Amino acid sequence: MVPYMLLLPQLAIVTIFFLWPAAEAIQSSFYLEDPFGFGSTFVGLDNFTDMLTSTDYGRVARFTAVFTFFVTFLSLGFALLLAVKADKVLRGASTYKTLLMWVYAVAPPVAGLIGVLLFDQHVGPMVDLFAMFGWKMQIGVNYFDTSFAMIVTAVWKQIPVNFIFFLSGLQGISKSVQEAASIDCRSGFRRFWTVTFPLLAPTGFFLLIINITYAFFDTFGIVDVIVKNEPGNNPVTLVYKVYLDGFRGNDLGGSSAQSVILMALVFILTIIQFRLIERRVHYT
Amino acid sequence: MYKLKITDHLILLTGVFFMVAPVVLTFMTSTHDAIAIYKGGVQFLPGDKFLENYETVLFQAGGFTQEVNGFVMLKNSMILGFGFAIGKIVISMLAAYAIVYFRFPFASVCFWIIFATLLLPLEVRILPSYEIVQSLGMVNTYSGLIVPLIASATGTFFFRQFFMSVPDELLEAARIDGAGPWKFFKDILVPLSKTMIAAIFIIMFVFGWNQYLWPTLITTDESLFTLVRGIKQILQVWVGAQIPAFNEAMALAILAMLPPVLIVVIFQSWFVKGLVESDK
Repeated sequence: MVPYMLLLPQLAIVTIFFLWPAAEAIQSSFYLEDPFGFGSTFVGLDNFTDMLTSTDYGRVARFTAVFTFFVTFLSLGFALLLAVKADKVLRGASTYKTLLMWVYAVAPPVAGLIGVLLFDQHVGPMVDLFAMFGWKMQIGVNYFDTSFAMIVTAVWKQIPVNFIFFLSGLQGISKSVQEAASIDCRSGFRRFWTVTFPLLAPTGFFLLIINITYAFFDTFGIVDVIVKNEPGNNPVTLVYKVYLDGFRGNDLGGSSAQSVILMALVFILTIIQFRLIERRVHYT
Repeated sequence: MYKLKITDHLILLTGVFFMVAPVVLTFMTSTHDAIAIYKGGVQFLPGDKFLENYETVLFQAGGFTQEVNGFVMLKNSMILGFGFAIGKIVISMLAAYAIVYFRFPFASVCFWIIFATLLLPLEVRILPSYEIVQSLGMVNTYSGLIVPLIASATGTFFFRQFFMSVPDELLEAARIDGAGPWKFFKDILVPLSKTMIAAIFIIMFVFGWNQYLWPTLITTDESLFTLVRGIKQILQVWVGAQIPAFNEAMALAILAMLPPVLIVVIFQSWFVKGLVESDK
């Protein structure tokens, strides 16, 4: 009896707040719900075909892909550069480390609010800065400018996590390997690409998945704050659209169908992640 | 060996500048009055309205919300952060203990049910989750705010990994000395996990504190707003405002980030250890 008692709280919470909603989402994705809640009709795959063929969904999906690409690669790139340098310095190493990672604790919507301030039409210094180069930014009006502000904010928020993982990965590379490499090869740049980078690859792959998940789901707060509650024609991500259609549009079936597609996507990502973890264990 | 170049420090300093400057500007802006900001843009130097602005945000109701002040929101954020972190640690330690140390029927079924939750973030199943919490009458309650967030098994996974690394000899020794399952857990496993508990506590506290979407949906009653939830209110007031109160909004932003940032900075080594090890 003991193990069941120990598992009971976790199983109860998982069943009520996880399995049940997930099942509900899958079920209602096949139904068309009356907006007043008077009943629902089984419509088969209509919700899915409607959604996948709608131009709006296509637009949001394209933006999400572009957004995810830039956020992932820019934040990984900057973080790797900073981690490599932070791994080398001796003086002030811990100060650099603290200053580069504390932004981890800033909530996404708070980061979004800072972005709103810095990119504000009237008061924002970023707008002034880019105006000097002849770029008149209009956040919330211009699709491209708004996307730009979102990506910058999301990258800023994500650099610390990547930095922490890269740094711990670099510190895990044994000194003897590095010394052997430095005897064989004088060029620090080549040494990085031929020795350090391949050894960091498992960390990198793992972070790739983490960052894709971040760009998909955790950026909700950033997106919501930067579009200031009024999506209109502004760029939004797929998760934001699930929320919009479900809570603002009252389209239960459509929103659920989108949820189901995202579930499938996360499922695939997680399988890749698990396989990578297994391989990582074999490496070490 | 590698010779340290001045460019290395320059790159790091540039990185530090980009990470720190936005928050410094936010803080500077929060110490001016709204008209000065509207006229002069984001402020680069400290102003003389620090006490006034923070006093307004902390203790005066109104402005962004009708009934609550920043102090109440701070309290709610604390309840969410601590409630979530403690609840998650207790529940997931118990579950991980059962999974690692007991052989019982349906063990693998339980294992897979729990770890399936790792597959799906709350954001994906947000609408049905909301409806279920609503049908249980948990909207606008602290339990409705905290408990559904605990459903993900990240903590359980973490403790499972850690328990599996504890040597079996300890269990055998405890058995020989006549310790039961509860005594082994309380007197051996929990003390051994102290550092791990601290590390996971920090991560979970920050995670709970920073929740936005779920509190936005589940708390419509202002007396339950958290600081991060309060950000949404700022936006609603801004739409249609003549001169947006940037100063007070930024003061709220600073308040909302201060506690988690302090915790991460002060307990940095535990936090890094927890983050790097738990995500493995």
